[in-house]
Amino acid sequence: MNRPRLAIWKFSSCDGCQLMLLDLEEELLALAERVGIARFLEASRRVAPGPYDISLVEGAVSTPEQAAQVERIRAESKVLVAIGACATAGGIQGVRNFLDFDQVAGYVYPQPEVIDSLARATPVSEHVEVDYELHGCPIEKGQLMELVSALLAGRRPDLPAYAQCQECKAAGTPCVMVSRSEPCLGPVTRAGCGNRCPSVGRGCYGCFGPAEEANPAALNQQLSALGMSEAEIGRWYRLYNAWVEPFRKQGGVGLKPDLPRDPVGRASARQQTASKSHE
Amino acid sequence: MKARLIDKSGLQWLLDRLGSQGYEVLAPCLENGVVEAGPVTSLEELPAGVEEETEAGRYRLRFDGKEGTDLLFSHALTAMGWQRFLHPSSEPLWRAELRGGALEIQPLPAEAPRRALVGLRACDLAAISIQDRVLAQNDPRYARRRENLFLVAVNCGRAAATCFCHAMGTGPEVKQGHDLVLTELVGGGAHRFLVEAGSEAGAGMLQALPGREPEADDWEEKRARIEAASRQRRRLPEDTGDLLASSLDHPHWEKVGERCLACGNCTSVCPTCFCSRMVERTGLDGQQATHWRLRDSCFDSEHSYLHGGPVRRDRAARYRQWLTHKLHHWQAQFGTTGCTGCGRCITWCPVGIDLTEEVAALEVAA
Ligand code: SF4
Ligand code: SF4
Ligand code: SF4
Ligand code: SF4
Ligand code: SF4
Repeated sequence: MNRPRLAIWKFSSCDGCQLMLLDLEEELLALAERVGIARFLEASRRVAPGPYDISLVEGAVSTPEQAAQVERIRAESKVLVAIGACATAGGIQGVRNFLDFDQVAGYVYPQPEVIDSLARATPVSEHVEVDYELHGCPIEKGQLMELVSALLAGRRPDLPAYAQCQECKAAGTPCVMVSRSEPCLGPVTRAGCGNRCPSVGRGCYGCFGPAEEANPAALNQQLSALGMSEAEIGRWYRLYNAWVEPFRKQGGVGLKPDLPRDPVGRASARQQTASKSHE
Repeated sequence: MKARLIDKSGLQWLLDRLGSQGYEVLAPCLENGVVEAGPVTSLEELPAGVEEETEAGRYRLRFDGKEGTDLLFSHALTAMGWQRFLHPSSEPLWRAELRGGALEIQPLPAEAPRRALVGLRACDLAAISIQDRVLAQNDPRYARRRENLFLVAVNCGRAAATCFCHAMGTGPEVKQGHDLVLTELVGGGAHRFLVEAGSEAGAGMLQALPGREPEADDWEEKRARIEAASRQRRRLPEDTGDLLASSLDHPHWEKVGERCLACGNCTSVCPTCFCSRMVERTGLDGQQATHWRLRDSCFDSEHSYLHGGPVRRDRAARYRQWLTHKLHHWQAQFGTTGCTGCGRCITWCPVGIDLTEEVAALEVAA
């Protein structure tokens, strides 16, 4: 039997999701027996040409080059899977989408004119058809294995679209909002991480992105009753999944459209680093 | 013998006896800031003097042995109920393996340890009797686990603010479904337990308990404690089922749909909810598959998913499903209401949606 061929791609991202693949350790060896790893630059420089049976795409599309490349990947992949908050929602860099791009570029780069970038960092699904999405920042190993096993077996993967709260209850974790007034985005966040934050007594901050039925407006009333300001609530949504609805609408709340002209603390921080390195 | 009066050492004797008969003893203890059932060997592990303050969307513990002695059962309920011991949130049912080209299917037997549940309240017993009707006939795994339970209930001496068992007729007095029932008494400064039996197994245990005959004072204190626990603020009207049946198009459903998160906390803590979904888990090797049963909620789109999409499309429709199933359809399906009045869905709703208030709002004509 010909083994299905797997390719792994990366756009604007931190590589953390791909690292979850390396982090599979022993299971990675089992995986390598079942699929031919045709392209995985984190592991090997050798790249086999397409077409590919499964492409895992990490990262947000944020340059014209990437926008063209994602089309090519789609064309040569049977199944395309967007992995992680960047590829499914635009990721952290999606925060710039709320701002004026030239201003942001000027703020970040000493010579913004050499930067060739799209005004917005967007999820893969805004560019091409995506077959499956693995959420999270980073993705969860168990979900990756579930998806690959399902694709190999020709069955439907079990990737929940319901809220984190149900993982809390299944794990027997007492609700941190109800029992300790700890703000939590769990009711609007997709399950799948295995209850990481509430199980250690912290509120979920939404890294798996919106649950299917997310109702942020209703949750926000509770968050403000717990003492969060409108701006704080806005900032909470404006994290890893800022650009995807319905987080996008919430993330715009309380956002100051103009960046400070004289970036606070930035110049002095630079000087400090500089003087440290001279010591 | 009708009843025994025992002290704390008598109760410890009971726990020890259950342990030596091979029961895993589960009783309320403190866990992550809530009262929850867990394995217990000594009375020291019980949450003495702890009371929970509950309101819609709020749960806090308070420590004060108000009556001069630290009551072991001063709390009202375990936070998330006992149903997980009968109906776990995930469980593998069978495995299939490819061997020499043929598919071999092995059933995976249910784990059904002998368990003594100590500290159940009247509403908890009512929930078990409702689940018995729903599941005992249809689910051999449930039935096996159920057979292996020994139930030691406690009469409430205080109701939590979210309790409405009195209106539902399920409590606070334990009347049926138990092996033993305790009433914790402190009158005259002596900390003691009035123990009564509700089954043959319970009667056998009662015989052996080291204690004495209760007296008139003890019975009087029991009555007074139950009366105190019967003072409850919340209620559901007796004709709730009919009311819901005639309110299917009420505009209030949309309003509650705006407030509801569809998070499924209510169905998860409800001690009578039973919905589950099935998934296959396969390994990378393609040689085996395990069939799992997982807890499900009617607040999920997949719960009513048919070809073309979910039948219950929005949160309003999902909330209506939950409420009408609990309080109306359940009656036709199983000959009982699906609600015991435990109030857990009120306490643990992150945005404090209170079914008694929603029913009251539906009573107001559209
Ligand atoms: S802790 Fe957060 S995720 Fe868990 S039940 Fe509460 S609100 Fe939901
Ligand atoms: S609980 Fe929320 S923030 Fe924490 S890992 Fe899970 S999805 Fe991410
Ligand atoms: S519907 Fe609510 S009050 Fe009634 S039994 Fe279920 S959790 Fe308890
Ligand atoms: S349909 Fe909903 S309310 Fe009824 S048992 Fe299932 S989860 Fe509970
Ligand atoms: S009623 Fe409350 S607990 Fe139930 S799904 Fe709606 S928000 Fe969640």
